[in-house]
Amino acid sequence: MPLISDDIHRLAKLARIDITPAETARTLTELNNIFSMVETLQAVDTAGLEPLCHPIATIHEMQLRLRPDVVTETDHRAANMANAPQQENGLFLVPKVLE
Amino acid sequence: MTHDFMSPHLQSLRQLRESLDTKQVSAVELAEYFLARAEMHADLNAFLHIDRDLTLLQARAADAQIASGNISVLTGIPIAHKDIFVTQHWRTTAGSKMLENYISPFDATVVEKLKTAGMVCLGKLNCDEFAMGSSNENSAFGAVKNPWDQSRIPGGSSGGSAATVAAGLSPAATGTDTGGSLRQPAAMCGITAIKPTYGTVSRYGMVAFASSLDQGGPMAKSAADCALLLDAMIGFDAKDSTSLATHEKYKTPIAAALLTAFASTSRAGTGVGKPLAGVRIGVPWEFFGDGLSPDVAQAVAAALAEFEKLGAVRVEISLPRTSLAIPAYYVIAPAEASSNLSRFDGVRYGHRAAEYKDLADMIAKSRAEGFGAEVKRRILVGAYVLSHGYYDAYYLQAQKVRRLISQDFQEAFKKCDFIMGPVAPTSAWKFGEKSNDPVAMYLEDIFTLGVSLAGLPGMSVPCGFGQNGLPIGLQVIGNYFEEARMLAAAHQYQLATDWHLRSPEAFK
Repeated sequence: MPLISDDIHRLAKLARIDITPAETARTLTELNNIFSMVETLQAVDTAGLEPLCHPIATIHEMQLRLRPDVVTETDHRAANMANAPQQENGLFLVPKVLE
Repeated sequence: MTHDFMSPHLQSLRQLRESLDTKQVSAVELAEYFLARAEMHADLNAFLHIDRDLTLLQARAADAQIASGNISVLTGIPIAHKDIFVTQHWRTTAGSKMLENYISPFDATVVEKLKTAGMVCLGKLNCDEFAMGSSNENSAFGAVKNPWDQSRIPGGSSGGSAATVAAGLSPAATGTDTGGSLRQPAAMCGITAIKPTYGTVSRYGMVAFASSLDQGGPMAKSAADCALLLDAMIGFDAKDSTSLATHEKYKTPIAAALLTAFASTSRAGTGVGKPLAGVRIGVPWEFFGDGLSPDVAQAVAAALAEFEKLGAVRVEISLPRTSLAIPAYYVIAPAEASSNLSRFDGVRYGHRAAEYKDLADMIAKSRAEGFGAEVKRRILVGAYVLSHGYYDAYYLQAQKVRRLISQDFQEAFKKCDFIMGPVAPTSAWKFGEKSNDPVAMYLEDIFTLGVSLAGLPGMSVPCGFGQNGLPIGLQVIGNYFEEARMLAAAHQYQLATDWHLRSPEAFK
């Protein structure tokens, strides 16, 4: 079922991306083209198959590694904050959230 | 630089090593030589950031190491990094306005490893925004031009890396491959590149696009050069959650295997000049269908014939779900991208809009301004396939089809040692030719996507020139952890041919 403009607005909201009316129209066409190409997946019989998340799981079972719950990082606060658009006293500044 | 030391940009890494060791050239001189070439050819738009002082600092350190005798095979040799790898001193933009002025607080593992090996960084290379694209036209900083024809795309997303090596602005470059981004630009620019097995080269410090697919790798003129680079890049990294324990097959240097891999097969009686005797090359008929440009088909057929001359045996195989790789990939990659790129909110780093009402508005406007059209498109597709009610039908179904595609490769490898075919259906196209139709662009990735979904190693090897004198790449696909044998087979081919030694006229 093709997407409609409302879907694009909903997706843009979910993705937290502002979208102009002109972009909405173009995006609608493009996404519908993409989804009609993607639609061919639906016809594939995948009954009983597990999704493949880590490609190497094709040949043997994979488990995500766990590490000991200990501190491994030293303090890089100044370096990590150097790219902040706005900061004050070592804190990231954002617009007021609570009045 | 001694008088008889000529044209470093045409030399192999081994030749550069020898020139450094015999004091024909210093690391500083090499760095200056390549920086000057990069500057002279700035119109290619391959470099996004060069900092001469930083480069020379590393070069002087390399010269000191060389003087002390404590060196690796790569010490003093220049390299440039795709702008997807974060670097502590050079800017890292990922080709996006979102990260226009970003300076990473740390080096990517790959960058660090190559630095530890003594390589000298020349700077950062242009690419499609967040590595999303097949033409380089998605870079926020303008597309890279193909050195073979500057009205054409260099391929993508590692287009800056491929153009840099092809034009001799650096003897080597790093790239990344999510759906073909190492192999396709290598093919379009006539250089050699290898995407290793998923999980063998650390993703730590690679700006994430689709984490279950992203894999870094080397780009250079030849398989022999790639082997040296890959040896320095490979290895387990605790900082990458999907990094694999270093496999048995990597315990011997890959570069050493180049010489020995086929020693046992070229036994007495098979005749001289048949180093690949008995090697079975699988040729999937699905890679040679209607969409394949005749010049590509011809160059690839000639390459396969050359492999047969070297002793290999051609085996007809089938990869029945080749065309399904496109829809599967274009569900999975956007899904992972939409999740990975949610970190860009204009709060901690990256672009922040100048005007906004409140926090939500600030985030939505910052993302709208910071991301380009293709990145937004993929985030929206990803948001859709992961959203309630569609997750099973799209995302999970695509991951199941991914398993089928991957199983097909394992079936094929029962009958052959390598799979070979074209990297891309055509040679490099003109700027603007496909940029208005995202789906048309996606279809160009048909031969590279399956390998990415299966996490297999894949190479592009220059195999000739087609229409308009544009380079064509042969794809060599190996089973998991078979990089050494793939590179060794490609090396035998490159000993017998000279496609990889050709340079575009304006860059000789």
